[in-house]
Amino acid sequence: MKKLKPAAYALLPLAVAMAQPAAAQDTKELKVGVASEATSIDPHFHNVGQNNALRRHIFESLIATDANQKLLPALAESWKAVDDTTWEIKLRPDVKFSNGEAFTARDYVYTMCRVPLVENSPSSFTVFTRGIESIETPDPLTIRVKTATPQPLFPNNMTTLGILSAAVFGAGDVKYGKDGCENMGTPPKSSDFNDPAKAVGTGPFKLKEYTRGTHIILEANEGYWGEKPVWQRVVMRPITSAGPRVAALLAGDVDMIENPPIQDFDKIKGAGFTLVEGLSNRIIYIHLDQFEDKTPGVKGTDKNPFKDVRVREALSKAINREAIVERIMGGVAQAAGELLPYPLFGTTKDAKPVAYDPEASKKLLAEAGYPNGFELTIGTPNDRYINDEKVAQAVAQMFTRVGIKTNIDAMTASTFFSRRNKHEFSAYLAGWGADSGEMSNSLNALVVTPNKDTGGGHTNRGRYSNAEVDALVMEAQRTIDDAKREELLQKASKIAMDDYALLPLHFEVTPWAFKKTLSYTPRVDQYTLVTEVKPAQ
Amino acid sequence: MLVYVIRRLGQAALVLAVMATLVFIAVYAVGDPVAILASPQADQQELEAITQRLGLDRPLYEQYGLFVWNALHGDLGRSFVYNEPALTLILNRLPATLELALTALVIAVFIGIPLGLYAGLKPQSLGGHSIMAGSILGFSLPNFWQGLMLVLLFSVMLGWFPAGGRGTTRELLGVPVSFLTLDGLSHLILPALNLALYKMALVIRLTRAGTREVMLQDYIRFARAKGLSQSRVIGVHVLKNILIPVVTVLGLELGSMIAFAVVTETVFAYPGIGKLLIDSIGRLDRPVIVAYLMLTVVMFVIINLIVDLIYAAIDPRVRLEEAKA
Amino acid sequence: MSEQAATPAPAAAARPTDKGESLLLRHVAAFFESPLAVIGLAGLVVLVILALAASFIAPQNPYDLAQLDIMDGTLPPGSESLAGYTYWLGTDEQGRDLLSAILYGLRISLGVGAISVVIACAVGASVGVIAAYAGGRIDNFVMRVVDLQLSFPAILVALVLLAVFGRGVDKVIIALVIVQWAYYARTVRGSALVERRRDYIEAARCLALPKNRIVFRHLLPNCLPPLIVVATVQVAHAIALESTLSFLGVGVPVTEPSLGMLIAKGYDYLLSGKYWISTFPGIALVAAIVAINLVGDRLRDVLNPRLSR
Repeated sequence: MKKLKPAAYALLPLAVAMAQPAAAQDTKELKVGVASEATSIDPHFHNVGQNNALRRHIFESLIATDANQKLLPALAESWKAVDDTTWEIKLRPDVKFSNGEAFTARDYVYTMCRVPLVENSPSSFTVFTRGIESIETPDPLTIRVKTATPQPLFPNNMTTLGILSAAVFGAGDVKYGKDGCENMGTPPKSSDFNDPAKAVGTGPFKLKEYTRGTHIILEANEGYWGEKPVWQRVVMRPITSAGPRVAALLAGDVDMIENPPIQDFDKIKGAGFTLVEGLSNRIIYIHLDQFEDKTPGVKGTDKNPFKDVRVREALSKAINREAIVERIMGGVAQAAGELLPYPLFGTTKDAKPVAYDPEASKKLLAEAGYPNGFELTIGTPNDRYINDEKVAQAVAQMFTRVGIKTNIDAMTASTFFSRRNKHEFSAYLAGWGADSGEMSNSLNALVVTPNKDTGGGHTNRGRYSNAEVDALVMEAQRTIDDAKREELLQKASKIAMDDYALLPLHFEVTPWAFKKTLSYTPRVDQYTLVTEVKPAQ
Repeated sequence: MLVYVIRRLGQAALVLAVMATLVFIAVYAVGDPVAILASPQADQQELEAITQRLGLDRPLYEQYGLFVWNALHGDLGRSFVYNEPALTLILNRLPATLELALTALVIAVFIGIPLGLYAGLKPQSLGGHSIMAGSILGFSLPNFWQGLMLVLLFSVMLGWFPAGGRGTTRELLGVPVSFLTLDGLSHLILPALNLALYKMALVIRLTRAGTREVMLQDYIRFARAKGLSQSRVIGVHVLKNILIPVVTVLGLELGSMIAFAVVTETVFAYPGIGKLLIDSIGRLDRPVIVAYLMLTVVMFVIINLIVDLIYAAIDPRVRLEEAKA
Repeated sequence: MSEQAATPAPAAAARPTDKGESLLLRHVAAFFESPLAVIGLAGLVVLVILALAASFIAPQNPYDLAQLDIMDGTLPPGSESLAGYTYWLGTDEQGRDLLSAILYGLRISLGVGAISVVIACAVGASVGVIAAYAGGRIDNFVMRVVDLQLSFPAILVALVLLAVFGRGVDKVIIALVIVQWAYYARTVRGSALVERRRDYIEAARCLALPKNRIVFRHLLPNCLPPLIVVATVQVAHAIALESTLSFLGVGVPVTEPSLGMLIAKGYDYLLSGKYWISTFPGIALVAAIVAINLVGDRLRDVLNPRLSR
């Protein structure tokens, strides 16, 4: 267990505590208004936030994470790296599935085998199972997993995979094979899980009813091995538009909502509800094209100005991050100086946001040979991140003030991502949530040189490239020892930030609002977990 | 007549085929669904795997061929997002939209006809003028802004009705409807009113024009001369004669109302097929977009076909013109 | 109407074009009989002048990001800016003066409406008059296409088109032209079919005038009155449609907001009581549409001989 530095996770939520004596809360039923609906009950169908959050209620994983993404033992009691490529996991004894069957290593093997078999998955979980060479089960409560290469993040990967019951789907003595398993019975289709009798996991809740677009109803699992759930029955209603979601809370239709919009905070507090906010692992940043010699969104110069580090520095100094946080985000965000908020794994305490300094910015631009600036178009989605388009406009305003006449090309997320992936933007605003909650994820995605074979730099669409950073990150990805790995990542991060590889803006803060009789601890992963909703003290 | 019917059916089929092709190609041109569906954590290898799983790596003509083949077998594809048949998704949402449109229709008729009648009977009165001015306003208000103002007034300021969503539903003949519960009804009123206002303006104008015309007819004068009471004259003779055009036009307008529900459903976050369409466009769920548009095409083709057939049945000149062409 | 009077039609003796001048006067007089229509026309003239003069009278250029300051964001009406002048109608979240934004937005909304209608009218009228004159297969084919187009709600067609094209003022105009041309084609064809059988066309044919001269110099001008009515009403429709599309997120770009875009942005702030961001642009939009509809309504009565009693 011990593997990650617990002390480093004292990440306190920016709580807006509303200390109010609570009336006794009835624990029969909890109604939650969720911002996006899970696309399937199948825990392996779609790797997307709302599905993963729902999954945790019904299908537990070997390892869980707490509010600050620190690893916690769940179905696994302990785990350790035997050598660089072997992990040994001890399972918790006496755990039963909601149908009464005992949980053993067979169910783990079955789950690992089933993940690649999901049909039509729009975003599969195979990224987490890909590197597994073999799985051995010396006894029903011990698992030995061999990986092709050293995988320091193997325990993190295990937090994303919900364990299925092998028996429900008629599997025999399952044998893992890298290219296909044996004795799998009839692997389930995703729609099979809509039936509560098939949606069997070890979680604290059981599926009771699933009506798409209307609600998902969960029921307490009486035989749960851990702390008994507080709520007998949970109704999750998808209310995707923010206004109606707030209205539903205010009207008492639901007890709790996700993501109330910032502009409605005063109204919600005024109506006597509790608001909590917690820093998330999602950074909003601006990436700059540093690859092409002539970049499409820049006019007024024949060069690509972003290849010059002075220009990148000038842009970073032109941004008044505090003003964005204050005026556009209503104070509900935190200016960023790195890709993850301190003290998550791999961050440095003194990584401060770049200070706003328009004069220095103008000077740098002049030094770089752009005394009269140039014209720039920033691409941005308008429905993906909190106030994304407004933030982009504010940045455009600030760039324009130092002489870079900036336009905004805002579009719906689907168009934005398609165009971004085709490198159509010279500069774009986007966000990155590090699912694993540690720095190698962010660096590998956004800063490492794009490389199709290693999968590195897959979201580095500005195509920043720095051999030093690449080497450090790659070494970190092979290093099992936590202290060493963290040091490598801190170094890589510092080099990238000093080189203005991209321009970090702010970390999003995730808000929740609920009745005064409840309490909830904000989570870095932005999930709404009913198991953590408690009656207020 | 039979030849004409067959001809029109043939034309309808052709229209369907042409629209299917256009819709498919148009939707195909919009963005890359994988870019939005995939987890941001997915690397190049995973993105390619998804593209392959969803069949998007095949050439356009092959995808189109598959689509046509499946469509002919009644399968309009599976939603990328939900992995369910697109048709099922739409049919699940259809009752909500139909309920909304029908409620709006009822409101439009039951408020529009009395107002139009009044304006027609007393065209020069202050009331008559105000009603007509109001009807121009009804035509002019952009549907979405009008919806916002309804929310602002009735939900935010007065707090009488919820701002959006669909309330509690109850099954009626196996279909979930919301007008049977108080909560459902309170959720239904604002969006239905929003959808109804434009049609109400239309009904007022039709009724007023009809009333003015009918009032000049000889049989109304005879009825009056016979000593029938004013209320009977209006209630029976006038109303009967103006209802026919009103009902005909509204029948035709039902289709456009279902389409226009897109805007109302967006403003009120009402879970009907219009909201599904907008959401699907946002997520590039191509099969659902195509299926929705195809269903709309079918609906409009059928409505047009019925109208044409009725016209042909009652007006021999139509057949003549067609035969010449 | 004036074109009609100005057309030197040698064979048009059978048409009362020589009386065109007085006919026009009569129409104008009839138009001014309705006080509502006069109010509408006056309002429209004022709005057009405001829109055209936007860059001179607006206190701020809302499209120039250098003039905006987010520290002035979401101020209520009457607030004072950091620079010292007053935002009479408040600001949006970017610190954009709403009064200026409305004036500029009016320009985009009216401009998009008018330009799309002019283009659609030109395209539609040409197609319609040619179809009517040519008759037969061409007519049949064109009318099938028109029927097909008209059988779909404009909003759906435009939505799909813009989802394909992406955002932009030019793209919105193209989409609006595509959804509108069929109205004109049908209207013009209808009146051209009637006009075609008239003596002056026969006479023109007998004189062996070139076909396109007959179609565009003689046939088309005489189909204008209903076209004017349809076009006026369609300008209002086009403006409403543009604002709806912008509201749905597929219209004009955010840095150059039309009225619809302003309203859409204000939607986020409606529940929190910042009513001014979407209410004031909405009032401007409704005023424009109502004014045009009042004018269009009256024109219909005046120009439609069947309704004159």
